[in-house]
Amino acid sequence: MGAKAETWLWIAQRASAVLLAVCVLAHLLTIIYAMRHGLSGAAILERTRGNAVGLAFYSLFVLAIAVHAPIGLRTLCQEWLGWRSASLNWCMAAVAAALFAFGLRAAWAVFA
Amino acid sequence: MDMLQVSVWRGAASGGYRTYEVPRQESQSVLDVVTYIQRSIDPTLSYRFACRVGMCGACAMTVNGVARWTCRTHVAKVAQGNAIQIAPLANLPLVKDLVTDMREFFDKWARARGQFVPSATRHEDFARVASDSPGRVAANAGIECIGCGVCYASCDVVSWNSGYLGPAALNRAWTLVNDVRDGARRERLAAVAGDAGCHACHTHLSCSERCPKNIAPTAAIAGLKRAVAIAAWKGEL
Repeated sequence: MGAKAETWLWIAQRASAVLLAVCVLAHLLTIIYAMRHGLSGAAILERTRGNAVGLAFYSLFVLAIAVHAPIGLRTLCQEWLGWRSASLNWCMAAVAAALFAFGLRAAWAVFA
Repeated sequence: MDMLQVSVWRGAASGGYRTYEVPRQESQSVLDVVTYIQRSIDPTLSYRFACRVGMCGACAMTVNGVARWTCRTHVAKVAQGNAIQIAPLANLPLVKDLVTDMREFFDKWARARGQFVPSATRHEDFARVASDSPGRVAANAGIECIGCGVCYASCDVVSWNSGYLGPAALNRAWTLVNDVRDGARRERLAAVAGDAGCHACHTHLSCSERCPKNIAPTAAIAGLKRAVAIAAWKGEL
């Protein structure tokens, strides 16, 4: 991959890290709130069903994960396994697509 | 007389350690120890040195697992009891004993566009660079590198990624990126971007920790990452 593409991957990973910092914090606060208030699964679903803001937030969260994780995993594969062929990029694109699809499916499941 | 037990790497990549007994003396440097072995015990020992006073960077070796200038390392500082282990620098091909092949190290300086490219001719006036200008200050921070290879031998990323340009070459590129007289900024930023360049650095800081000149190549690499990102954003890469 060329210098320009590598640079954009680096920018994408740093930008998604900033998003993740915010999203993970909000996610943790939500979990702590639910635990402290003893919310049941049904009570949580009652709050998430039809909640467009929640869906938008978790869609963004999923997007940040789908961008961030495969770029880091790609570097690990290069450095620890010596895997540097084009097949690595295709494989990581598949990982990104899978993370995005499964993540969105989960976000949709508690919304619809 | 106190005797040092000095374990020295002998042979090429397939060699092994051999132990020598060397008289311990006051204010003795590790280079003194290696020189004693070569001149008084085993003349077949190969090693490299020149100035003996920390100016040339030729005598860098791995002492008790850490890359150092042997001329500026006192035995008293590193000996564990009376034992010292001396090996060639890591991350470089071994020629023989304590001598490494530095070609790849310096070729990477060239690959990082470490050459100054003048933007003016001899017919123009001297460039006047204020000593407190930000570019001059940034260049000053890295300009004293003498190319000893200690940072390169200490870098984990070089050991994982043989194509990685390494801290010294990237530090050199950063000094030139900050040189207002230089005319190859764009080409240099393109040369240091990517998997073999500044983006491969994991900020482990081993280079900055071990640089005998107290240079911080990690800061230079971070500067390159910023400069490259800005160039990419502006479509100049």
